[in-house]
Amino acid sequence: MGLLSKQNKAALSEPLNINNPIVAQVLGICSALAVTSQLKPAIVMGLSVTIITAMANVIISVLRNTIPNRIRIIVQLVVVAALVTIVSMVLKAFAYDVSVQLSVYVGLIITNCILMGRLEAFAMQNKVFPSLLDGIGNGLGYAWILIAVGFCRELLGNGTLLGYTVIPASAYELGYANNGMMTMPAMALILVGCVIWVHSVLNNRKK
Amino acid sequence: MNIIKNYFDKIRPNFEPKGKLHAFRSVFEGFESFLLVPNTTSKNGVSIHDAIDSKRIMSIVVIALLPALLFGMYNIGYQHYMKAEIEGSLLEMFSYGFLVMLPKIIVSYLVGLGIEFIVAQYKKEEIQEGYLVTGLIVPLILPVNCPLWMMAVAIAFAVIFAKEIFGGTGMNIFNVALVARAFLFFSYSGKMTGDEVWVAKDSVLGLGRDLPDSVTMATPLAQNGTDATSLYDMIVGLIPGSVGETSVIAIAIGAIILLWTGIASWKIMTSVFVGGGLTAALFFAAGQTPFEWYEHLFLGGFCFGAVFMATDPVTSARTEGGKYIYGLLIGVIAVVVRVLNPGYPEGMMLAILFMNMFAPLIDYCFVERNIGKRMKRLKNVD
Repeated sequence: MGLLSKQNKAALSEPLNINNPIVAQVLGICSALAVTSQLKPAIVMGLSVTIITAMANVIISVLRNTIPNRIRIIVQLVVVAALVTIVSMVLKAFAYDVSVQLSVYVGLIITNCILMGRLEAFAMQNKVFPSLLDGIGNGLGYAWILIAVGFCRELLGNGTLLGYTVIPASAYELGYANNGMMTMPAMALILVGCVIWVHSVLNNRKK
Repeated sequence: MNIIKNYFDKIRPNFEPKGKLHAFRSVFEGFESFLLVPNTTSKNGVSIHDAIDSKRIMSIVVIALLPALLFGMYNIGYQHYMKAEIEGSLLEMFSYGFLVMLPKIIVSYLVGLGIEFIVAQYKKEEIQEGYLVTGLIVPLILPVNCPLWMMAVAIAFAVIFAKEIFGGTGMNIFNVALVARAFLFFSYSGKMTGDEVWVAKDSVLGLGRDLPDSVTMATPLAQNGTDATSLYDMIVGLIPGSVGETSVIAIAIGAIILLWTGIASWKIMTSVFVGGGLTAALFFAAGQTPFEWYEHLFLGGFCFGAVFMATDPVTSARTEGGKYIYGLLIGVIAVVVRVLNPGYPEGMMLAILFMNMFAPLIDYCFVERNIGKRMKRLKNVD
């Protein structure tokens, strides 16, 4: 089996679009609503989840034949919890302000349905390399939705991107105003809904 | 009438399946059935129709809104001329308000009906008439200084997300006009509340004069009783406020039209006033609010909401008993929000949206209760 056989490619690319964890499976919505009010935390959160999913998939896939079936959830949780703790400590050490913005949501990655879902559905049955690809694919699939939503919310809600002012002052003088509702989670839900809408329209057309 | 009919008959072939304007078929049908009674009948079986269909209901509600609209126009002019300290005749004041309101109404209908036409064309359905009323209500429940583009954005949002995704006219859970207002309220609160939005500040076509930005005027509710407004002003409506909501008399004329034609439910309307009045009396007795109970009913958007928005047949409770509970709770919540939340001087919008959400639950409880009653009766017979 080649390194990038058809199946491996599918494991990486399907979660990005057709089988996207947020858009198609509607998992991990709560963190998607909570951390996307600005672009930077959304990017950091997306990357953290990608790293943790990939690593956890690899570890569980290595251990898959030795884990007793009856306690597999606990083993998976321990692995994920260890990884999350490491990521959270790294964030606190090197990106303190973002980790404050993300607050409890880094810790809550432990309970993120995407992680447990991939471990149960993929890593327990597949070899190490496909599991790694699957983890990266799902993490990135989650990340790009977060980034898209975070982009819209920061641009329309604050007029900035990554903290830099994007909308020129002349627009404000003409009467433009920032949309305060974009900074509330309610609008994030509607934006995620719009992404799901566009996604399903595009994919149904392909069929 | 015959001229209109002949004209429609003349241009009809253009919109038939092979005509050159076929793409605008739904627009044609929409206008034709709005102006004339459609002559299509059902093909199978026997059916009984009310002579009043939903398009005629909409037209009557629009007529009922006219007094509030006309008075609102006059009041815009009155407030402006008072602040600008110019003497103006009644006609000048009215024309000023008319010119301020006209672009708002045009934009409101263009955006809202535009979306409806596109959706109808896309779904290959007939135009639905629901926007006729919403399009007039939206400019009436906004402050006069709300910018046109904000209103357009809010209307697009409300029509798409509060109506079309639920399935179009008649399927919406929330009152569309109130969703548009809520969107503006939470998105651009600086342009929706406060002291600077209630007086029109620009001169229009030589009427009135430009006022400096420092001109402010608070609504009686926001002043919270520090500056007494006379009962006469409250009822006649020469006070600052959203365009259509100030005059109790104009709204009362609309209420009479709606009740006389049987379009609005008197049960909902009266129970909103009873609920609001009782709660306000309670708060007044406890010293929580400077307004007497009747002042709470006359001020702000209470009357307008009770008459035109709470009674919306689509979003209100439909069981007869449920209507009392629905209306009562709207009145109670509106006054509770006003008195207990210092951030929101007006609570009618939130109260109606909140009860829109619970209307299906109220209906469910009443239907279940009726079923239970009949089951018991059936058992007793056995």
